[in-house]
Formats: sequence, C-alpha cells, structure tokens
Amino acid sequence: MAHGAGGKASRKLVEGLFAPLLFGSDPGPLGDAAHVHINGNPVAITTDSFVVKPLAFPGGSIGELAVNGTVNDLAVSGARAEALVVTFVLEAGLPTPVLEAEVRALAKAARDAGVRIAGGDTKVVEHGKADQMYVTTTGIGRVLRGVTIDPRSTRVGDKILLSGPIGDHGITILLARGELDLEADLRSDTRSVLSLVETLIHAAGPGVRWMRDPTRGGAATSLNELARDCGLGMVLFEDQIPVRDMVRGACELLGLDPLHIANEGQFLAVVSPEYADAAINALNLAPGGSEAQVIGEVREQPVGTVLVTTRYGGSRIVDMLVGDPLPRIC
Amino acid sequence: MCLAIPGKIVEISGDNSESALVDVAGVRRKIDLGLLQDDKPVPGDWVLIHVGFAMSKISERDALDQMNTLRALGEIDGAMQEVQGYGLEEIDIDDVEMDDAEPDDVEVNDAEVN
Amino acid sequence: MKFVDEFRQPELISRTAEEIRRLAGSQRHYRLMEVCGGHTHAIYRFGLKDILPENIELIHGPGCPVCVLPMGRIDDGLSIAQQPDVIFAAFGDMMRVPGTQGSPLEHKARGMDVRIVYSPSDALKLARLNPEKHVMFFAIGFETTAPSTALTLMRAKAEGIHNFSVFCNHVTIIPAIRAILDSPDMRLDAFIGPGHVSTVIGCRPYEWIAKDQDKPIVVSGFEPLDMLQSIVMLLRQLKAREAKVENQYKRVVPWEGNRAALRAMAEVFQLRPYFEWRGLGFISQSALRLNDKYAAWDAEQRFAVPGIRVTDPKAAQCGEVLKGVLKPHQCKLFGRECTPEHPIGALMVSSEGSCAAYHNYEHRKAAMASSLTSIA
Repeated sequence: MAHGAGGKASRKLVEGLFAPLLFGSDPGPLGDAAHVHINGNPVAITTDSFVVKPLAFPGGSIGELAVNGTVNDLAVSGARAEALVVTFVLEAGLPTPVLEAEVRALAKAARDAGVRIAGGDTKVVEHGKADQMYVTTTGIGRVLRGVTIDPRSTRVGDKILLSGPIGDHGITILLARGELDLEADLRSDTRSVLSLVETLIHAAGPGVRWMRDPTRGGAATSLNELARDCGLGMVLFEDQIPVRDMVRGACELLGLDPLHIANEGQFLAVVSPEYADAAINALNLAPGGSEAQVIGEVREQPVGTVLVTTRYGGSRIVDMLVGDPLPRIC
Repeated sequence: MCLAIPGKIVEISGDNSESALVDVAGVRRKIDLGLLQDDKPVPGDWVLIHVGFAMSKISERDALDQMNTLRALGEIDGAMQEVQGYGLEEIDIDDVEMDDAEPDDVEVNDAEVN
Repeated sequence: MKFVDEFRQPELISRTAEEIRRLAGSQRHYRLMEVCGGHTHAIYRFGLKDILPENIELIHGPGCPVCVLPMGRIDDGLSIAQQPDVIFAAFGDMMRVPGTQGSPLEHKARGMDVRIVYSPSDALKLARLNPEKHVMFFAIGFETTAPSTALTLMRAKAEGIHNFSVFCNHVTIIPAIRAILDSPDMRLDAFIGPGHVSTVIGCRPYEWIAKDQDKPIVVSGFEPLDMLQSIVMLLRQLKAREAKVENQYKRVVPWEGNRAALRAMAEVFQLRPYFEWRGLGFISQSALRLNDKYAAWDAEQRFAVPGIRVTDPKAAQCGEVLKGVLKPHQCKLFGRECTPEHPIGALMVSSEGSCAAYHNYEHRKAAMASSLTSIA
C-alpha cells in the first residue's frame, strides 16, 4: 500500500521493477511526462491514475483531479496539453448521479483548462472493487519552446520557487475522510497550472532548469528526487515557505509536516539566479500567482538531500516520505 | 508521548459540560473536558489538547511572565556589561551569572567525573 | 498560532542560545538527558543542536512509548484483531510498527479491519457506530495519554457499551528514569523533564531525582524557547552546584498535577507487577492494566492472548543508546540492517525514537562540509 503513496516505496517500485523492464537500459532521470518525436515534431505524453477517497471533497472531485493532474504533469515537463483520453473503472452498483457528477466535473475542468477530451474507455468491475471509481487520464501535448527541463542542468546558486501555499489538498482530503473528526474551511487547490507555467517560461525560460508538480509525497519528495538526480543540496528557508494558517494548524495538531502533504494546484521550479527575480515578479502579477515565493536555493551540500533552515540558525533534513503521512500523538 | 497543542474553547456542550468545540488556527474539533472537571473552562479560555482531551488550562499570565524573563536575558547581560565598566564585578542580582567569576569552569569536581 | 509562535521567535531563540553559550563556557562537558520522545522530536525538528555549544550533549531518554513496546505485544494485539468482526483501532504512531508477522498497516493490506484514530474517544465512537462488530483499542502512551483512555473506559461503562475493549500498554515514566539512573554505565548531569506527562503527575514525582540522586531536573515545554530556557535553568543549577526540581512550563503544568486525571486513572487502572520494556528489560511496577471493575473491557481478559515473547537480535544495541552510552550511529546496525524503512530495534521504530530521529533529521548533516549559519 505504501507503494502508491508517492514516496520511497513508490520510487523503489518504479525504479526497481518498472524502469529496468519497460524503459530500456538508460532512460535518464524520470520526469513528469515523456517527450517523444513524431515525424520530427516534439510531442509530450503522460498518464496518471486517480484513486482518491472520498470522490468529492471541498474544492473539487476526482473528475477535476483527473484533468488537472495530467494537464499539470505535461505543463511542468514544458508542454501544453492538447488532448486527453479518459478511462473509467467503475464499481458495479455505483449510483448514476455520482457517475454523472464526475463526468460533468471532468468536462468542466477540461473546458477550464482549454484541453479536449478526445475519447476514452469504461469498464465495470464487481461490487467491492474499484472503491466506487478509478479514473485514468492520458494526455498528449505540444512541447513548448523556450525551455528545456533537465534536472542535471541544476547548478549551485539556482533559486527554488514555489507557486503558492502547500498542503491544502492533502489536508482537505484527510479531513473529508471524516476519520479524525476535524473541521476546517479548507478547499483542495486543484487547478491547471499551465498558464502560470507559460508565464514563467515567457519571463525566465532560458533560466528554468526543472519543474515539478508536488502531488503525493509533497514538496519534500519532489525536491528529494531533484537533489538525488542532480547530486546537489536543496536548502529551504522555513519562514519563506507559504502555508495557510489552517493547514499549519491541522499539521501541528496531527504531527504532520506540510512539506509531505499532497498538492494538486501548485508547482516547484528551479531557476538560475539571473532569471529568478523576473520569474517571481511575473508569477506574482499573473492570475493565481500572487502567493508564489522563492523558498530556497541550490547548494553544494548536503549532497542529494533537502535541508530546511530557520532564521536562528537551526536546520533539519526533510526526507522523502515512506508511505502516506500518518497522524501521530507522540 | 507528548504531542499536545494549544486551542481556544469556542463553545461548551454536553449534559455536564463535558465536551467543547475547540479552535486551533481555524481547525475545529470536539474535545472532551472530562479531565478538567475540577476547573471547568469557559468559552474564550485556552486549553492544551492531547488525543482529543483537554489536559490543562493555559495561563496567559504565566506565558507573559515567561516572555518577559526571556526578553530580559539579553538585556540584563547588556546592563551588566555597562556596569562592569565601573569596576563593580560583584553585583548581587538573582539569576545572573558573571563572566569573570565562574569557578566551575576550572575546578575539577571528583563527584562529577564519570 | 497563539502560545506557539511566541515561543518560536528567532531573535529570542538566538539570544537565549547566546546565554547558553555564555553559561556553558568551554571547560566543562555537560550531559543532559531529555526524557520524553516529544522533546527528542522537538530537538531535531527545530534544529536545536545546531545552536547549542559543542560542550552540551543532549542524550535521548526512554520516553517513547512506541519504541519501548516489545514486539510480542504488537503480535498479541494483532492476534486479537484477527478474529472475525473485530476492528483494530490505534493511533497513527502504531500503524507501521512491525510485529513478527508485519505491522498493523500490513495486516490491513491483507484484509484486517484496521482504523487510525486520533483519540480513544473516536475508538469508542466506532463501537457505537458498529454495534455488530467489536472495537479493540490498542492503547499506548505514558501518563499523558493514560487518563484519556481511563475516561473513555468510564464512559463506555456508564453507557453500557460492551462491544469495546482496550489492549492496554500504558507505561509510567518514573520507573524508566529510575532504571536509567540505576544502570552502572550511566553518565548524566541533569534532566530535561517531560512537560506533558507532568500536566498529569505534576512536579513532585521528580523530587527524588534531585534529593537522592543529586541531579537537577527542569520540567520543560516543547517549543524551542521552552527547551532553551530549560537548558539555561539547568546550567545555572549545575554551576551553582544545586539540584532541585524546577517548572519551566508553568503556563501549562500545575505543580500538584491534575487531580481529575489522576482520579480517572485510579478508577480504571492498576499497576502491573512488572512489564517488559524493549531495550531496558523487565521493570517492576512500571505499567498499567485495567483493574477488576473494568475487566469486561480488558482485551487481554476477553480474548485469548498468545503472550509470545519476542527478543530483539543481540546485535541491536538499543539499551546502550537508550541510556546514553552509545550514540545512534555508533550501533553496528544503524543505517545498515536497521533503518526507518526496515527497523530492527526499538529506537528506529517510531519517528521520535532517537535512532529514527537521528537518521531522518541529522546524520547526513554530519557529512556537510560547509557550516550552517543563518541564511536569510
């Protein structure tokens, strides 16, 4: 079960089992989308599955996640989504209104994101499987000019940017499950980040080394992957990481770290120092980008590691998650 | 063993006022007041919450006292340094250590040797 | 966040750290033990070691209720839950702790009904909502948590809820501190006392540490300023050759403790004659079980429990690390056979166990060439 949570166990599964068998002998660092050439034209393709529970929650539902998640994976790989195909695996007995609501949500999200739903497939499995509904979307897009995403191009001195507050989605889901009896006026942050990414590329394209949407496993997992892929250290400044008060309150109450919590409407970017100011200014002026911040910088040490520092000189290492974040009482 | 967080009582409920709705930075939860039956809190009070139970009331006054003590740490130090300039090394103020008179730094105490 | 942010102010933290450096000087080496796992976690989370002088050594004590729970007890609890129509409810802290057949989460993946609860009252609520099932709450924790379990059982009894039981692993802190102090290779100067346990038991139970053992103890809060102020207070005592109990956490800890909480515990629990602590061995009168009035809610009495004793591999040096004789990375298994993903010993099992905390937050920092001074 830990293998799907996005952290260390997932990585082992992908790198240990899938990659050697499926991706050939030297695929390079694994990104959010693959760029291939069709008749010489660069095309990006990616796929993602959505198994969220509950299906609907404040701020969205599985339908929106399914669209935005794939649009975002393409965006942070430096591509604009053109079309998606959708697969539904439905549990027998799923009430029609529930299904209809999700299809509507999917359609609306696609319209909002400016992407076409080009087709799909549906399968029904027996009652007790599929947790009501699993959705998979596969997206294809046009590779954007003006940017080349490669974690290995990261250099000491590069700045780490975050598009907005972290933790909204994961905490919303945790609360929506109802097991912890907590209430808060929180919503999932699910949205397409494509226009913000395009803003970034326009303002700072040549300086953009890497982007990622920190979904399951949170910002810590994404940055740990980058640190490992480029062999450098990611140093974050704790008081510059944007977190909403309520997310912070929930995390303090449950003993969780916002850096480990899933996001569905944010992205991280590493930008060279010459372009960092232009990047942040452009993002802050763009719709939905007002909370974008520089949250850290790339250093030589600690190698392959994410370090969070405080203004008084304390620091701690933040590792990749092992399985889902679990509330604690100790 | 010890994750406990301050929260503000928003409203009291239950037959014997044994539960309350508490607010932690905008996150709300119903908590049990059974451990504070001898000193029942009222809305507006702050309590320490652990596993959904209020453990203790938080004293704002003690918190302020503590803050003042902490702030004074550096200040007393600064004041002492000024005074030292007048050659008054043996000033007797509670809880203040003198840089120049710390015998423990050079003494070897057999009882402490491991 | 009120009562939190004030105690994390960077300027005040820096100033208090300076006062500590001034007090500590450079000649003497100070060995301070923080008893509570929550303090261990706070030290790493706030990076306090980075701002303390080299001659102050923080030694992590045994106050981690997950770490000191023998594997056999996890097996016992899980075996009860294997029965049909039993729901296994526990805090998140327990979910990844391995028994010999796997952790609760692993059992869940294999079909057991395992639920994470934030409060024992949530477990009782599960029992109310699922009358055709039995809910077994796997209770852990020191005196901070035991009163909440006790009150929950009192409520279960008052409401006549019988599809609910508690598998009780509550332990008490004083015997653990005594075991540390009694051990011949112990080398400690003073204690940072457990702040939240003390909201229940008060400060009196520590008086013997000061009077009989001649060691200062300061009952401390958990924010960075709390812990640093406690260290200031300890250093002052040590330099003045004093040994007394002080309460740094006054805003929350009453000197006499919480009478209502102690009454609830007395109503429901009795002391076990002895209990095994992983890494420390058998300690007498150190753990709680449900008394006869609550036998009907005692999982160990309602269900047959295998009572298997599982010993740790000899190579695991948890006991020495617990007593401060060894540092985590000095154990031969640390970071190799024993990691947070594959914990072998007690102290790697919970995120506040000293080996896990050190592994997660600290030990790669040792490899850093550059120093960590203030950034922003």
